Amino acid sequence: MSDIAERVKKIVVEHLGVEAEKVNENANFIDDLGADSLDTVELVMAFEEEFNVEIPDDAAETIVTVGDAIKFLEKNAG
Amino acid sequence: MFDLTGRKALVTGATGGLGGAIARALHAQGASVTISGTRRAALDALAGELGERVHVAEANLADKESVEALVPGAEAAMGGLDILVNNAGITKDNLFMRLKDEDWDTVLAVNLTAAFRLSRAAVKGMMRRRFGRVVNISSVVGATGNAGQGNYAASKAGLIGMSKALAAEVASRGITVNAVAPGFIESPMTDALNEKQRGAILGTIPAGRLGTGAEIAAAVVYLASDEAGYVTGHTLHVNGGMAML
Ligand SMILES: NC(=O)c1ccc[n+]([C@@H]2O[C@H](COP(=O)([O-])OP(=O)(O)OC[C@H]3O[C@@H](n4cnc5c(N)ncnc54)[C@H](OP(=O)(O)O)[C@@H]3O)[C@@H](O)[C@H]2O)c1
Repeated sequence: MSDIAERVKKIVVEHLGVEAEKVNENANFIDDLGADSLDTVELVMAFEEEFNVEIPDDAAETIVTVGDAIKFLEKNAG
Repeated sequence: MFDLTGRKALVTGATGGLGGAIARALHAQGASVTISGTRRAALDALAGELGERVHVAEANLADKESVEALVPGAEAAMGGLDILVNNAGITKDNLFMRLKDEDWDTVLAVNLTAAFRLSRAAVKGMMRRRFGRVVNISSVVGATGNAGQGNYAASKAGLIGMSKALAAEVASRGITVNAVAPGFIESPMTDALNEKQRGAILGTIPAGRLGTGAEIAAAVVYLASDEAGYVTGHTLHVNGGMAML
């Protein structure tokens, strides 16, 4: 697993207070991990901070699973 | 009670009567304050009076870019932002049928749109820190309406609706959003009234007198305090009984 994937999962576990086993790439933040819409905004803010990137709103809307986040960050994080 | 030591506040319209009183009161409770307005000399004078824990941020709230620079600037100057007071406001009164688009647009831009943009920017950092207080200065007119103030009343009612919607979204993050609705408050404008005008106004106020800036500021201090953490989406009317809502 890539370093980016590790860091993304760590943020998700910490932020949503879910068990690490549940945080696989297919997990949907809202349906599988119990996030509400405000949590998803906060997750995006946390990713921006951790990876020092800006995630525009239209991109943020496409990030609905853990895998989406990892893919976006692998492509866009320095 | 109501100790604000260590809190960081941004007050718009701090060069005005109420804004100055609000900035002084937050500061007196121990908060750091960033004071904003368009008149540099007035800002510098207030900053000189307050001494420490004060920052000056000139901004034109009718200008989008100027508004968008305000919260990041205040956060950088103070190392965060806990309390946002959207106090700046203008009137451009006219009979409804004579209201010009321009007078509508300017009043809505300064009184409501700027408050929206500043709140949107401020809440981001507040969510991260799990604490925030947004206080929007509305008006009794926002609840009761007033002839000749269609644009102003719309902007002030808009602030109340906006406060409630935002309050519902961010309550779970330790952020409260409330409004304060002043009635008639002593100001250079009310000082200029003649005896007859004054008498007519006082006749509508059960308390029999105008309010003071300090009385509005005290309401803001309360809503900004830790003690008011369970009060959100509320409109606190401070009007001497003029409208009991
Ligand atoms: N006084 C009352 O009886 C009363 C009653 C109900 C509600 N209110 C509300 O309370 C608030 C303060 O009222 P006040 O009596 O203190 O009024 P004020 O003395 O006229 O002050 C208005 C403030 O708004 C600022 N402002 C106006 N246009 C601006 C712009 N384009 N960009 C940035 N700042 C701008 C002014 O800054 P500059 O002068 O530096 O431009 C000034 O500091 C207002 O929202 C008002 O609607 C007042």
